Formats: sequence, structure tokens, C-alpha cells
Amino acid sequence: MPTARTWREYPQRYRYEAGVCKGCGKWHFPPRRVCDACKGETFETKAMRRTGKILTYTVIRVPPAPFKDQAPYAVAVVEMDDGPRLTAMVADTGTFELKLGQKVRLEFRRISEDGDRGPINYGYKAVPV
Amino acid sequence: MKVGIVGWGASLPRHRIKVEEIAKVWGADAPSYKKGLGLREKSVPAPDQDVITLSVEAARNALARASQVSAAELGCIYIGSESHPYAVKPSGCTVGEAIGAFPACHVADMEFACKAGSEGMFVAHGLVKAGLVKYGLAIGADTSQGAPGDALEYSAAAGAAAYIMGSEGVVATIDDTFSFTTDTPDFWRREYQHYPQHAGRFTGEPAYFRTVTGASTALLEKAGMKPKDFAYAVFHQPNGKFPMRVGKMLGFTKEQMEIGWLAPRLGNTYSGASPLGLTAILDVAKPGDKIFMCSYGSGAGSDAFVYTVTDKITALQQKGVPTTADQLDKNQIYLQYGEYAKFRRKILKAE
Amino acid sequence: MRDVAIIGAKVTACGELWNRSLRDLFVEAALGAIKDAGVDHIDSMYVGCMSGGLFVGQEHIGALMADYLGQCPVPAMRVESACASGGMALRAGWLHVASGLNDVVLVGGVEKMTDVGGDEATYALATAADQEWEGFNGVTFPGLYAMMAVAHMDRYKTTSKQLASVAAKNHDNGSKNPNAQFPMKVSVEDVLSSVLVADPLHILDCSPITDGAAALILVPADMAKKLSKRPGIKILASTAATDTLALHSRKDLCALEAVAKAAAGAYQQANKKPSDVQVCEVHDCFTIAEIMATEALGFFEKGKGGPAAESGATAIGGKIPVNTSGGLKSKGHPVGASGVSQAVEIVEQLRGEAGARQVKGAKLGMTQNMGGTGASAVVHILEAM
Repeated sequence: MPTARTWREYPQRYRYEAGVCKGCGKWHFPPRRVCDACKGETFETKAMRRTGKILTYTVIRVPPAPFKDQAPYAVAVVEMDDGPRLTAMVADTGTFELKLGQKVRLEFRRISEDGDRGPINYGYKAVPV
Repeated sequence: MKVGIVGWGASLPRHRIKVEEIAKVWGADAPSYKKGLGLREKSVPAPDQDVITLSVEAARNALARASQVSAAELGCIYIGSESHPYAVKPSGCTVGEAIGAFPACHVADMEFACKAGSEGMFVAHGLVKAGLVKYGLAIGADTSQGAPGDALEYSAAAGAAAYIMGSEGVVATIDDTFSFTTDTPDFWRREYQHYPQHAGRFTGEPAYFRTVTGASTALLEKAGMKPKDFAYAVFHQPNGKFPMRVGKMLGFTKEQMEIGWLAPRLGNTYSGASPLGLTAILDVAKPGDKIFMCSYGSGAGSDAFVYTVTDKITALQQKGVPTTADQLDKNQIYLQYGEYAKFRRKILKAE
Repeated sequence: MRDVAIIGAKVTACGELWNRSLRDLFVEAALGAIKDAGVDHIDSMYVGCMSGGLFVGQEHIGALMADYLGQCPVPAMRVESACASGGMALRAGWLHVASGLNDVVLVGGVEKMTDVGGDEATYALATAADQEWEGFNGVTFPGLYAMMAVAHMDRYKTTSKQLASVAAKNHDNGSKNPNAQFPMKVSVEDVLSSVLVADPLHILDCSPITDGAAALILVPADMAKKLSKRPGIKILASTAATDTLALHSRKDLCALEAVAKAAAGAYQQANKKPSDVQVCEVHDCFTIAEIMATEALGFFEKGKGGPAAESGATAIGGKIPVNTSGGLKSKGHPVGASGVSQAVEIVEQLRGEAGARQVKGAKLGMTQNMGGTGASAVVHILEAM
């Protein structure tokens, strides 16, 4: 993955910065240029709290190539306490005994890397609390 | 101006491997390793954890305790490690970006075998004291590897400890320091080598013990203090035995050292070792307690510190931030050697 | 707008077609459709192809196919909407005839997926999801549908057995289709005991990696008889809708809202209702997708798709036969071709030429094609003339 593409998303991947619509107050993660609720175009940047809950999940047993070393791993749709939803790998799941509604916290983890020589991509993973 | 620690945080992986599990692979006698090294198990980083990720989580815990500090006020970030994920590209850049400290910040990665963490604490403390920065962040973190089958494989562990230094809201003042350094070739890793080499029993008496006692004796003398003046003491812990032995040689008791003595159930977290012992102590220390700390880095050197806990610590202990003991003793996931070998990339795979 | 009819239809064999290239496949289907219709020219062509670039390193598919079909200089355009590319190509062709711009239009769909390894194919397919906010975080397509399945199972008590019954039914249908990639029958037990890909989806809950192509000839309905001896099939409705690209942004994680929207529009356009539909091809890229699609199309209430599949309501001879071709599951899923291939099946059904899988007396049929996890949806209603 080209480094610039990941780099421009550090505010979201590292710090969970969302765009809060000044018109209707809806939180967007990642931020967008147009609010899908009220069509507003002005936003305030706010960092989401790191906590949320699992809405649905799966265990990936046949991973894409960059994730081979981590398989099998769980992935979940998480609803953050501030409202936005995101997709995240679930770290430290051990035996994958997850359940819907499980409270999680986003932690800073390695997501993937471009072989032994390329850049390491960092971002958020959900960790059960 | 009293300068010292204004926030502390630890980050430990959940995964562990027991000495028995490693010993059975190599046909080694587990009971004698446990006795010889004074440890039962060690932490293992998950494949998605490294010095950067552990440092970020430790720093976040430190900032959560020192809630009056905004990350943007950190004037410097120093990360000490011998397992930085990149040979060239500072870990501190990613950590600072993740916690929101940039861009007005001085950043450097440090390396001095197991002493790199305390080096950052020493330098950050100095910069605050000199008035060059308002707050400074120092982290000791490692995900070190011992060569398969080597004695180091039983102890090389992972963890990070983060300290915010400052002069406002100090929870433990740094009253005095002493650094002791010589050229002592007890342990090294050459460029491009995956595993370190060590000089066997030479790592003991002429290296660890001479350096730690040298620094500690000098600091006690400089500060005009005696071991009995301290509520707690913590020493670098390459295994479970050395810190207890060196502490007793210096006149400290088991009771003073027990809280910060993590190696038996954590292993050697290298740059994180004595700093993590200190986070465990700060989690429980009372106002007025004096703490003695002495790190050790092969090569070789020690940084020694005298801290006095202030009455501001109680509020920070009650913030619900994960303690060192919580992370050490709860929710562990035990690995078999095969999983451990996969986690630590010891398996040769097709390109 | 003019009424539009399909007068020619052709699908290639589906499978690992080692000796045929992307262009070979397309030309075989296109020539077949042209010959089936008996037309002597085409005015323009629309080619559905999801990812020529990632599967065979080839973009600029429209001109390439016009060239190798010997049709230069007719206008040709590739249409891309991930796995809905074929359905969207049909819609593009329909628009060109309905609008009066063209009289004879070729609609094709093609994908050559086996020139790359499994990892690369998985990656190419994953580009239909949100690469930055889903793919970056390790999720695969089976993983996304698996998460929809988990949500559906949680809310509606849908079972793995019900999912498996979709696969068993589609393989049963596919066993009667000479073009099917996997025409073998599989039992519910076979599906449940096959290896897990993304819990709770087993490998036999998933459609395969397939090479294949399909093509149709579209003309104004009132010219169908003059242009072709073959029975014309009228396109009563062509509708499309979109939803958020990322599954996590959906209001409801176990409903295909874009499909429901497109279907509602199609029923209105055709002046028909779900119970009028006698045969339907739905986008069963995974077994859960068929269950959710049959709910979104209004055949069953929300949450009732699972029990319905298990009861045999979607089998040939059931209340609403679904995926008589074997579906993407058994027939195969050459992604850019699937939407067109679905229409070919309905054309064969409405012509009464579907052989062993014929739905008796079928006069009204439907196709539902979607891209990603349902971010693109396209629905067509077809009727025998």
C-alpha cells in the first residue's frame, strides 16, 4: 500500500478523529465532505472516545495475503459510544468467544505490513473489555 | 522547582509462555531453568504488537492519569528500546502522532540495551528541569527476542512503561540521579543480526553486579541516604534472581523490592524492565514514600534515581487506568511453543 | 420511452476455462447472442466487467471487445458496478433502446478470474468493499457476508441449516444446467461439514471463482418480430439503487435496503407485485445473500427467508422458484457476467427452453444483481411477449 495513502488517514487510524456536522450534530467516521443526514458541508473535528460495542462479527479463516500471519482472526462491526460505526479486527480474542453487544476498546496495533521491507501499517483494533 | 513524574502508564501483552513449554522443545530441564533464572513464565507480544504499539498504549495510560496534561504540551518524546520496529524511522514519530503530541516536539529513539528506557527518563527530567520543555514523555519498551534454545529465550519478554515528566502536578519528585557507565562487553547485537549474543557468566559479576552496585552506591552516598530510608526499591531484572541478589548486596530487603519485582511472572522486558517495576510501585505507593530505582544496560551502564511520592498520587491511583498488576495477572492467554514460534516469526516461510 | 425486448441470449460454460481468454469468452457469448437473435448488425454495445484490470491486467474493455467481435466502429462502453456490473450493463443497454437512441444493442458481461491465484482473486473481489475502512482492516467478502449472517441469525433466529439448504437447492438446480461450474449435488450435511471460511459461512456457502461470459440482444419491443424469429422477452422494468459502500454504515446490518428500493421501483414500473413473479434469479454470492434477497424482493417477510428456503418454497415447483440456473453458487460467479447470465436464464425460462429445470408455464420472471455487500443493486422484470 503506498505510504501516502495510509499517511493521510493517520488522524482517523491513530487518533479516531471524526467529523461532527455543524448542521445536525451527526458524527461521521471517517469525516466526509457532505453530511449524509442533513447535506451540511461544515464540520468540526472531534476525537471519538475509544469505547464501543460489537454489533456483529466473524472469524476470518481465509485471509487476504497481507493478513496471512494473523489468521485466524476476528473482525467486527463496532458501534462507537459516540455514534459512528466502523469495521475493525478484534485483537487478543484467544478462543474467539465473542458475543454481540460485547464492549470493546480501540487499541493501537499493527494492522498489516508490506513484506519484510515495506512500511508497517498501524491503526485501530478492537479489544474486548 | 520540584521536577518529577506527573503521570505513569504501563502496557503489557496478554500472551504468556511458561518455562516448561520452552524447555520441553529443547530437551532442557525446566525445574533447573526456573530455579536458575528465578522465573516461571514470560510475556509474548501478539503478532500485531511491537514497541510502537505498546508504547502508544503505555503513553495513553500515562496521559489518562495525568489528565491535566494535554498531549500537545509534551515538548519531547524519547523511546528507549533495542527492538524498534524500524532500523531507520523513529518509533517516537508514530507514537507522538498517535497520541496527538505533534508537531512542536523534540523526538529521539534511544538505544542502550536494557537501559534505554531510563535514559529517556533521565533526559526528559533534565529538559524539564532546565526549563526547555513544560512536559516530557519518556518510554521504555521492548519486544526482545532470545535465540531459540538460548537461555535468553526463557526470559526475553515484552512490555512498555511510559512516564510524563513535569514540574506541575508532580506525583513523585526526582530528588537525585546518578549515571554509571563503562565499556563492558557482556551482551551485544551486531547490525542486521536477528538475535543478540551474550558473554555467558561474564554478564553477571563484572557487568550487571559491578555496574548496578556502582551506580546505586554512588547515588546513595550522593543523596546521603541509606537503604532503610526507602519504602520501595526496583532494579533492572534480566531474570528473577539478579535484582533480588543485587538489592540484598546493597542492603535492601525483599519487602522493599517485592512490588517492583515483576520478572518471575513477566520475564525480562529489557528497556521496560525497571521502568515497569516503578509503574507497579507507583500504582500502590503512599504520599511520602521514597523509591530507589536503578536500571542496567549491557555495554554497560546504570541510571539510578531517588523519588519521593507526593500527596497528589492518590487521585491518580483512583482514576481506573489499568494498573501494572492488573495487566500482569489478569486475562493471560497461554501459548504453546508452536504458536509462540509463529507469533515471534521463528518459522521460515515461503517468500 | 419505448418498450424494450430481448431477442437473443447466450451464456458460455462457467468454470475454470484454462484455454479461453477474457476476449475469447466475451466473443463466444456475444456471437452466440447475435446468432440467437439473427440480427445482422448492432448499433452499440455495453460490457459489464468488474475488474479486468486486477484479474487480467486489462482495462479499456469496451473497445477491445468491439474490436475482437469485429464490430468497430460501433460505440462500445464498459460498465462497472462491482458484481452488479452485468446487471448495470443490461440497464445501460435498456436505456439506449428505450430512449430511442439505438435500435439494436448488444449487452454483455464477462470475467476471467482464474488467470490469477486465489490471493489475488480474493484481493480483486475485496475492492468492491470500502478499501480504506473495511479492506484495510482485514475483512474479506465472505467475512462481510458472514457478519450480515451473524446479525440475521441473531435477530431472526436464522440457522446454519437454513443457509445450507440454499446451497443444497442451488446445486440441485445446477445439476440440471449443462453450463454449471459445480453441477454436483450437495446435501445440507455436506455444506455444514465443509470447512469454515468466515464463521458461520462454510466453503459450500460461498460462490466460486469462475470464468464465463453472457450476452443479450436488445431491440424495441415493437420491432422484435420483424428483427428476429425467436420469441421476444419484454423488459417490463429496469431499476437500480445504491446504499453505503461500507457495511458498517448501514442502518440495518441484515437488510438489503438498496435491493428493496430497486425492487419496489421495479414492481411499480412493471405494475406487478411479488406474487406475480414466477421465476427469479437472485444474487446468491453467499447463501445468506439469497435469503436476504428473497426478503428484500418481497417474496417473504423480513426474517422469513431462512425458513422459506428450508421449506422448499424457493425450489423448482415451490411457491417462487429461485435460481433455477443453479445460481452463482452452483452455476458459477464470473462477477462481471453474472447479472447478464441471470437474464439469460430468465429468457430461457420464459421461452420455455430451460429443459430439466423449466418452471412450468413461467411467463413473468425477475433478476436481482448486486455489487459489494449490496451497495449497488439492480433489478429487472421480464415477461414473455
